[in-house]
Amino acid sequence: MSKIISICSIVLLLLVAIFTGIGCVDNNQNDTGEVPTTESSSITVKGSDTVLPLTQAEAEDFMIENSNMRVTVIGGGSGVGFAALIDGEVPIAMASREIKESEIQKAQQNGINPVEHTVGWDGIAVVVNPDNPVSQLTYEQLQGIYDGNISNWKDVGGEDRAIAVITRDSSSGTYEYFKEEILVDREYRPDALAQPATGGIVQEVSRNKGAIGYIGFAYLDDSTKAMALDGGEGFVEATEENILSGEYPLSRPLYYYTNGEPQGAVKEFVDFVMSPTGQAIVSEVGYFPAVQ
Amino acid sequence: MLKRNGMEKGIESLLFISAAVAVLTLFLLCLFLFRDGILLFKDYPLISFLTEKSWYPTSINPRFGLQPLLLGSVIVTFGAIIFAVPLGIAAAIYISELANPRVAGILKPLTEILAGIPSVVFGFFGLVVLVPILQDALDLRTGQTALTGSIMLGIMALPTIISISEDAISSVPRAIKEGSLALGSTKWQTIHKVTVPAALSGISAAVMLGIGRAIGETMTVMMVTGNTAIIPGFPSGLFEPVRTMTATIAMEMGEVPQGSEHFHALFAVGSVLFITTFIINIVAGHIKNKYKFKL
Repeated sequence: MSKIISICSIVLLLLVAIFTGIGCVDNNQNDTGEVPTTESSSITVKGSDTVLPLTQAEAEDFMIENSNMRVTVIGGGSGVGFAALIDGEVPIAMASREIKESEIQKAQQNGINPVEHTVGWDGIAVVVNPDNPVSQLTYEQLQGIYDGNISNWKDVGGEDRAIAVITRDSSSGTYEYFKEEILVDREYRPDALAQPATGGIVQEVSRNKGAIGYIGFAYLDDSTKAMALDGGEGFVEATEENILSGEYPLSRPLYYYTNGEPQGAVKEFVDFVMSPTGQAIVSEVGYFPAVQ
Repeated sequence: MLKRNGMEKGIESLLFISAAVAVLTLFLLCLFLFRDGILLFKDYPLISFLTEKSWYPTSINPRFGLQPLLLGSVIVTFGAIIFAVPLGIAAAIYISELANPRVAGILKPLTEILAGIPSVVFGFFGLVVLVPILQDALDLRTGQTALTGSIMLGIMALPTIISISEDAISSVPRAIKEGSLALGSTKWQTIHKVTVPAALSGISAAVMLGIGRAIGETMTVMMVTGNTAIIPGFPSGLFEPVRTMTATIAMEMGEVPQGSEHFHALFAVGSVLFITTFIINIVAGHIKNKYKFKL
């Protein structure tokens, strides 16, 4: 019995030691990080998972250039980012959709004034299996497929095969964007397959001949085929040039939202992202620069 | 003597604290789950939650119908039972009664390894291997169906069912089996008429626990069942995509604004899930007592 007690106390002691250890490390970092001449500051950026890889890459380069700055990047989704901004938790929210009216109202109640910055552009590709003979769709056809009015590929000039419609889950910014652009005021067909991640859509489309889905441009490769879309001005191929020229209909801006006009460290970071160096990083990550 | 008494008291209170922490955790969990779940019904009527047939949480007129999710969970779990129970009990009988000790010594640890595989690995296997096979074999619109989820869940529930059934079967007293054999029954008759009925309470409890595991599974189900919130038909629904309660919570919790109607709706779904597993556990306990083998 006394053995058990001594083991327990040893474990407890170890835990205490570890936690105190963590505390010490943190304190040390703060001490050494503080350079008396220049002010050190840290900012947290939170929000859209689409913008997350971009912001991470930006933050790394930004911290190399400004060693006294610390940028922490957290994902979770556009809605999570807005919620954090509204609660005053973070100075910058990342978003792949515009802020909603209801969110602006909530922010104003808390004395927060969201200001929008477009930091880059993302294109949404509508993808099908490479074996599918259909290679272009109009907006009406796409809407019909997604709201359930068209359920066989032969209705849009393909083989006689049932269409398996794939969407993202309803909390994805891409889901909302696609709904607003294509479905407008209609609902997704209830029997659409919802995938928790873009990877799931690519996986299903790459091997299901009847499947159709939508993904960010960064995820395009040979396993799927991107459709040319007609948003009212003729068919446009889903290529980088067409997105940059604004001809491709399904392209959307990626945003940062700040509380008021950015100041201090926040301003420095936003300015860095908008600078030529920062915008070059946007292209590297697989998105398209906001400033040409 | 006095010192020893003090030690015993100390250990006793240590154990009491552990038990109290467990109970308190459960209590607080219930409290927070139900508190946030009930807030949904402030703005959204309970009747609609129970009778509405569609789940459109982010629509302009949001609809939070429980039915597609509840029935989705039920059909996937049902399929898993059909698949896992006969297989699991057969395996348990084989391991405890028929296999020679060396084979049994290999089989039992192997099933336990199966229990230790992370569910995301099962999900990945299901998505990459089973989904295409089922789609091609049955010529379906997509291979991401309730059936796929059922098979994967069945595989995942097997270790629970096998290991608890096996314990129950091998704890049937030797004397009873030998009595049966002495009366002239064959080995098979003994298993069929004596050993298995005698172990029935343990086997039933194993099945109920397997169901509990199946209904609460999230990751694998989310990856292979397609997640479409429509009310599944029966049995045709087995070959259609479905969405379960757990997958809904996991998929939508990520980006739902805290304190919104949708947020509370997910907690309400969580409460229903909690109540469901709670009932299953009570039933399992009841069965275990009712069929307790009396010597």
